[in-house]
Amino acid sequence: MSSAAITRPSAEPKWVLPSRGRVGMFSLIAAEAAIFTIFVVAYIFYVGKSLSGPAPKDVLELPIFSTVCLLSSSLTIHLAVRALRNAKVGAFGLWWFVTFALGAIFLVETGREWHHLIFDQGLTVSTNLFGTTYYSLVGLHAFHVTVGLTLIALGLIFALLGKVKPEHGERAEVFSLYWHFVDAVWVVVFTVVYVIGR
Amino acid sequence: MASDSIALNLVDHGARPIGDRLHDWIVTVDHKKLGILYILYGLIFLVIGGIEALIMRIQLIVPHNHFVSPEVFNRMFTMHGTTMIFFVAMPILFGFGTYLIPLMIGTRDMAFPRLNAFSFWLTAFGGLLLYYSFIGGSGLYGAGEAPDVGWFAYAPLTARAFSPGHSTDFWTLGLLVSGFGSIGTAVNFITTILCMRCPGMTLGKMPLLAWLNLIMGGMVILAISPLTAAQTMLSIDRYLGGHFFDAQAGGSAVLWMHFFWIFGHPEVYILVVPAFAFASEIIPVFSRKPIFGYPVMVGATVGIGFISFSVWAHHMFTVGMSSYGNTFFTVTTMAIAVPTGIKIFNWVGTMWGGKLQLKAPMLFCIGFLFQFLIAGLTGIMLGASPFDWQLSNSYFVVAHFHYVIVGGILFTIFAAFYYWFPKMSGRMYSETLAKWHFWLFLIGFHLTFDFMHIPGMLGMPRRIYTYEPGRGWEIWNLIVTIGMFFQIAGVIAFAFNLLWSAFKGAPAGNDPWDAWTLEWSTTSPPQEYDFAKVPVVRSRRPLWDLKHPEDPDWKYDQ
Repeated sequence: MSSAAITRPSAEPKWVLPSRGRVGMFSLIAAEAAIFTIFVVAYIFYVGKSLSGPAPKDVLELPIFSTVCLLSSSLTIHLAVRALRNAKVGAFGLWWFVTFALGAIFLVETGREWHHLIFDQGLTVSTNLFGTTYYSLVGLHAFHVTVGLTLIALGLIFALLGKVKPEHGERAEVFSLYWHFVDAVWVVVFTVVYVIGR
Repeated sequence: MASDSIALNLVDHGARPIGDRLHDWIVTVDHKKLGILYILYGLIFLVIGGIEALIMRIQLIVPHNHFVSPEVFNRMFTMHGTTMIFFVAMPILFGFGTYLIPLMIGTRDMAFPRLNAFSFWLTAFGGLLLYYSFIGGSGLYGAGEAPDVGWFAYAPLTARAFSPGHSTDFWTLGLLVSGFGSIGTAVNFITTILCMRCPGMTLGKMPLLAWLNLIMGGMVILAISPLTAAQTMLSIDRYLGGHFFDAQAGGSAVLWMHFFWIFGHPEVYILVVPAFAFASEIIPVFSRKPIFGYPVMVGATVGIGFISFSVWAHHMFTVGMSSYGNTFFTVTTMAIAVPTGIKIFNWVGTMWGGKLQLKAPMLFCIGFLFQFLIAGLTGIMLGASPFDWQLSNSYFVVAHFHYVIVGGILFTIFAAFYYWFPKMSGRMYSETLAKWHFWLFLIGFHLTFDFMHIPGMLGMPRRIYTYEPGRGWEIWNLIVTIGMFFQIAGVIAFAFNLLWSAFKGAPAGNDPWDAWTLEWSTTSPPQEYDFAKVPVVRSRRPLWDLKHPEDPDWKYDQ
């Protein structure tokens, strides 16, 4: 029996399925969200349970500047993707670079905050439960920012080499989903660590 | 272009040196080869995990036995549990999924073939890491060996003070690495099923195997991730001096239990949902009837998927939760029995009035139906918290979950092996040997796990390496161990049957079972491109439509 015989002769409406990239990325985001949920639960569970200092309210300051940078990078990556969709490769490169710069500023600010906490305040992973949960949760997020920045840098290199074409718009958009997710997670981390937990 | 590749393939076959062919298997991204690699990998670990079980059963055959030391016994039950769940059951089920999903939904490969290969090799290296602990677990400290903390590794056993050396770290790393592999596979399953279906195959016309693997994929994503998070926390505790599970610094050992079981209970359903998928494909074909209640089967499985995330703390009734917690988890545990019961009724409804063909795949599925029912009933017993307070951590629990995993899941895995072996190898297995396998394994299974309930009720705790004579446990332990030898004999018949038939079996043809799903429309084994022409389907049973043009399914349903 040949499988050709299964073929339906009549012309039917076009067979459209969801995009692989989007479904795959949404699945990955669901998995990442579950990982972050567990870390957030652990953070909230241990708020105020440290047996020794320092406490969050003594050492944490609101990272307003870096938060603004990271959240606005969601807008710039959106503009980059839209530019690529409209075949404006130059504008794409510009917005893509701005996204990279904003993400890098966020990472540098996190580094400065950690440096201050470790060397001025003496807070490390092993100091107390606050230290353990704080560095784990913020570090997990910073790790995701680092992964995102690595991929953005890769895109930037391709853009500089002139290899980015309008047909790559779908890929850029799929990646931007990840970046939006990283930003959304920061909203949760910010609320939990700097607002509720402080 | 398609015809070019066909010609190339025909020329390629046969004459190439063995080194080249092995190289093909290592670098392959073909879903069929990766599926077979997954399955073979799982079978190797099945033997290893089986040997560990055998060592434990020999140790427990008589009181005050000195076959192994208590330390070795602890390592054996830890490695047996971890191996069987993560490196036997999951790879074999993923292997069948990887092999069958593209064939059943009429596409030529998974959505992300390279991710597919990456996931397999992660799983493979995870298993190697775990077993490397036998060699490298002592680390620099000269203490510890293979992990001995139990498969759920409760704190504070995993703290550095109680698990010196690196054995626990190999356990953590092995599960982390293979967990990433599982998440990759789940992403691939979901994307393939949603985005790669052949024209005409709407969600309502997918084979149940594809539906159930879609649901399983979603559960893997939501359940394995918490384990990944918890293992990361454990590593932070052990290597960076963190305090997540360190009670002396205010940390909570109970939090680990919650995190582990929020993974651990859905995990049971991650394993059993693909097993349901096998039964849902095999029972209709050997009853010569379409599946009874297709939409209800899908709905019930979705229900199981959701409820399975709200039952985890029934593993923790004896930890000491509030009465509200106990009540909630008792009620949800009772609730999950409802969709499971619906599925059992539907399989029986499929068989009812059918022309049953009692071939090996069907025999194993019937065994599964009865045994899974009993496993579910003891599950309801244990789900009632007052009953659980009495029997938690006894051999009754061990008997219960082996009834689920061996009596339910392993039986359908054997059914799947016999059902799809002709497709994968192109040859028929020996029905006589398969019947020997079935009856030997059935007798062995019931000797072992029926009688294992009794010492549990008589008070025998799990994980003890020996026991005093005169408590009434001796005869039951003897029977349990004897049953194991029947099971081993059955598995030897199985292994010999597969090996022998793969080389000497009669050619199977494309469709030895007169079945109805798309994988049977291709050659056995399928060519690398699966389908010369991508099929178009109009009903849930495309091959029925093809074979019965005068009475096709699409005239009636949907």
